[in-house]
Amino acid sequence: MGSSTETIRDLTQQDYKWGFVTDIESERVPRGLTEDTIRLISAKKREPAFMLDWRLKAFRHWSSLEKAQAEPQWANVHYGPIDYQDIIYYSAPKQKPSLKSLNELDPEILRTYEKLGIPLAEQQRLAGVAVDAVFDSVSVATTFKEKLGELGIVFCSFSEAVEKYPDLVRQYLGTVVPHTDNFFAALNAAVFSDGSFVYVPKGVRCPMELSTYFRINAAETGQFERTLIIADEGAYVSYLEGCTAPIRDENQLHAAVVELVALDNAQIKYSTVQNWYPGDKQGRGGIYNFVTKRGKCAGRNSKISWTQVETGSAITWKYPGCILQGDNSVGEFYSVALTNNYQQADTGTKMIHLGKNTRSTIVSKGISAGHGQNTYRGMVKILKGATGARNYTQCDSLLIGDQCGAHTFPYIEVKNSTARMEHEASTSKIGENQIFYLQQRGLKAEEAVSMIVNGFCKQVFRELPMEFAVEAQKLLGISLEGSVG
Amino acid sequence: MSLLEIRNLHARVGGHEILKGIDLQVNAGEVHSIMGPNGSGKSTLAQVLSRREAFEVTEGAILFHGKDLLAMKPEEAACEGIFMAFQYPVEIPGVGNAYFVRTALNAIRKYRGLDQLDAMDFLPLYREKMRLLDMDEQFMNRSVNEGFSGGEKKRNEILQMAMLEPSLAILDETDSGLDIDALRIVAQGVNAMRSPDRAMIVVTHYQRLLDYITPDFVHVLVDGRIVRSGGADLALELEEKGYVSIESEARQTAPASA
Repeated sequence: MGSSTETIRDLTQQDYKWGFVTDIESERVPRGLTEDTIRLISAKKREPAFMLDWRLKAFRHWSSLEKAQAEPQWANVHYGPIDYQDIIYYSAPKQKPSLKSLNELDPEILRTYEKLGIPLAEQQRLAGVAVDAVFDSVSVATTFKEKLGELGIVFCSFSEAVEKYPDLVRQYLGTVVPHTDNFFAALNAAVFSDGSFVYVPKGVRCPMELSTYFRINAAETGQFERTLIIADEGAYVSYLEGCTAPIRDENQLHAAVVELVALDNAQIKYSTVQNWYPGDKQGRGGIYNFVTKRGKCAGRNSKISWTQVETGSAITWKYPGCILQGDNSVGEFYSVALTNNYQQADTGTKMIHLGKNTRSTIVSKGISAGHGQNTYRGMVKILKGATGARNYTQCDSLLIGDQCGAHTFPYIEVKNSTARMEHEASTSKIGENQIFYLQQRGLKAEEAVSMIVNGFCKQVFRELPMEFAVEAQKLLGISLEGSVG
Repeated sequence: MSLLEIRNLHARVGGHEILKGIDLQVNAGEVHSIMGPNGSGKSTLAQVLSRREAFEVTEGAILFHGKDLLAMKPEEAACEGIFMAFQYPVEIPGVGNAYFVRTALNAIRKYRGLDQLDAMDFLPLYREKMRLLDMDEQFMNRSVNEGFSGGEKKRNEILQMAMLEPSLAILDETDSGLDIDALRIVAQGVNAMRSPDRAMIVVTHYQRLLDYITPDFVHVLVDGRIVRSGGADLALELEEKGYVSIESEARQTAPASA
C-alpha cells in the first residue's frame, strides 16, 4: 500500500516525549529484597509497628509464592524472567526531611514536573485540580492541602497518612486488596514506599479533581506505590492519576496497588491516563505495569467508576474491578487500551456482584497497531445473594495494519437466576476507504486515523474529566504516530 | 484556461486497464454529465480525479487550475477545491457530523492560509445548509453516516459539499439508492450550488437524475473511452436507444473526443 499505509506507520512510530532523565541526588537502599530491606524501608519512613508487621507478613507470603514459582502465568503476555533480587526497591530524592513549602523542593524536581506539563506551584495550576506528585519512591509535593482541609478532606502522601491518620489507614489498608490477593499485590504490600491517600468525610462533595502524578526517574528501581481512597457516607470524589518514565533500555517494574472504599451513598470516580515508557520500536525497554486495582462498594447505593486510558508500558497487566457488596451499588469500567510497536496489554475488569440489585457496566476499547497485542480479560460474577443483578458488557477491538492482534476472554459466572447479562463484542479494522473518505475532505492520513480512533474511543473519553479528555485525545494521536501504513 | 483539463488519460486498477485515453475539458460554470454502462470506467474516472491511490494512472495528464493534479495527494486535491460525493459514503462511528465537517473545513482553510472557524462561526452556516436539504437538526450530532438510510447518506454528501464549497464537484452515482423524493431534494441542493465559478461532473448510469439537474454537456463513456459528446438532449437519446446502439453507432464513425 502507498501513502496511507506509510502514514499509519509514521503515526505509530512517533517518539516518546517524556523520556528525559532528571539529574538529581537520590538516596537508595541496596539492591535486592530480604526482610532487612523491608525493615530498612519501614525505618526510613519511621512507621509504626503495625505497618512493619503488615509488611513482613506480606513479604513472607510473597517469598513463599516466589519459591513456589507462583508468579502469574495465565495472562496473554510474554516476557523473560524477572530477577527480583536485581531491583532497587527504594529510591528517594535527597531533600530536607519535611518541606514547609514548595520553595524548599529541589528546583530540579519542580522543573521536571513543569516539563511534564504539571506545574506544582498552586497559582499556576488549573483551579479545579489538586495534585500529589510522586517521584520514584516518595511523594514530593501535594497542592491545595489547606483548601481541602477546610472541608475535612484528607489528601496527602501515604507516608503522611500513616503518620497522621494511623487509625484510618489501619482500618482500611488491605481490606479490598489483601496481601494474599496475588503475587504482585503481595510484593507491593511488602515494599510499597509511598502513594496517595484520600479520605472524604460524610456528606462532603470534593470540590476539585484530586490528581496524582507518578514519575519513575531513577534507573534499575521499581516503583511500588499504594493508593487508598475512602469516601465516607454520601461523599463524592473524582480522582485522576497520570504516569511517565524516562527512556531506558532495561525494563522497569511498576507494581502498584489501589484500593477504593465507598460507604453508603458514596461515589468514587477514578480515572487513569497511563503513559509509562512503552519501549522502543523494536520492543526494547519499557515499563512492566503489573497493577492491582479494586474498589469496594461497601455501602448501599454506592458507586465506583473506573476510567482508564492505557497508552504506555511495554506490558500492561491490570484489571480494575469492583466488589458490589452494598445493595443497589453500581460498578463501572470504561477502558481504552492501545498497543503499538511491540507493546502487550492484558487488561479488563472484574465485577463481583454480592448485593441485591447491583449493576455493572463494562465498556472496553482495545486498539492494536504495529506488532501490538491487545487482550481484554473480564470477569463478571453474580453470587447467590445478588438478586436482580445486571451487567452490560461491550468490548470492541480496532486493528490498524495486519501485524497486530486483538484477543477477548470474557468470563461469566452466574449463581442467581434473576440476573440479567448482556454481552456485545466487535472487531474492526481501519479501512482504506475510511481513511480515503476523510482525506477527500481535506484531512491528512494521520489526522484521518486519529479522528477514526478518537471516534472509536468516544464512549470512554466522555467519562473522563474535561481537561483530561482533551489530553487523552492528544496522547492517543501521539501514541499512534507511525501506525498508519 | 480551463478549470479542468484531462489529456489522454489512461488508468488501471488491480492490473486491469480501465481508462484508455480520455480527453475532457471542463470550464468554470459548466455542468458535465458522464454516462455509460456498468464497467465503462465512469467511477474510475471519478476516483482518479479525487486521487485515490489504488487507481493508477499509466499515461496522460490532468491539470486542475493549471496545476498538475496527478502530483497531488487526495487531501491536497481536496484542499485545492475538488470534492467528490461518494457513491457509497463511509461510516465513521463516534465522530459527529458537525465536528467532522468543521474539521474538514478548517483543514481546507488552513491549507489556503485562512483563519480557523470556531463552533460559533460554523454552526449557523451549517444549520442554514441543513434546512436547504430538509435535514433535521439532531442530525448534527449523529456519527458520520452511521445508521443512515441511503437517502440520508446522499443528502449528507451534498451537505458537506455545500459547506466545503469546492470549485469542482464530482457526483459519483449520487442517484443510486434514492427514492424520488430524496432525489428531488438532492438535486435541489446541487442546483442551488451551480455558480459561474464552480464546475460539476455528474457521473450517472441513468438519465433520471438529469431530469432534475440539467447538464450543459453529456459524455458517453464506453470501455474506457468517450464515444460521444453532446448537449442535454444526448441523455434523452440514450434513454431512448440504450447504450448498445450508441456504442455501435460510435464504432461506425470515428471515436469522438470532447
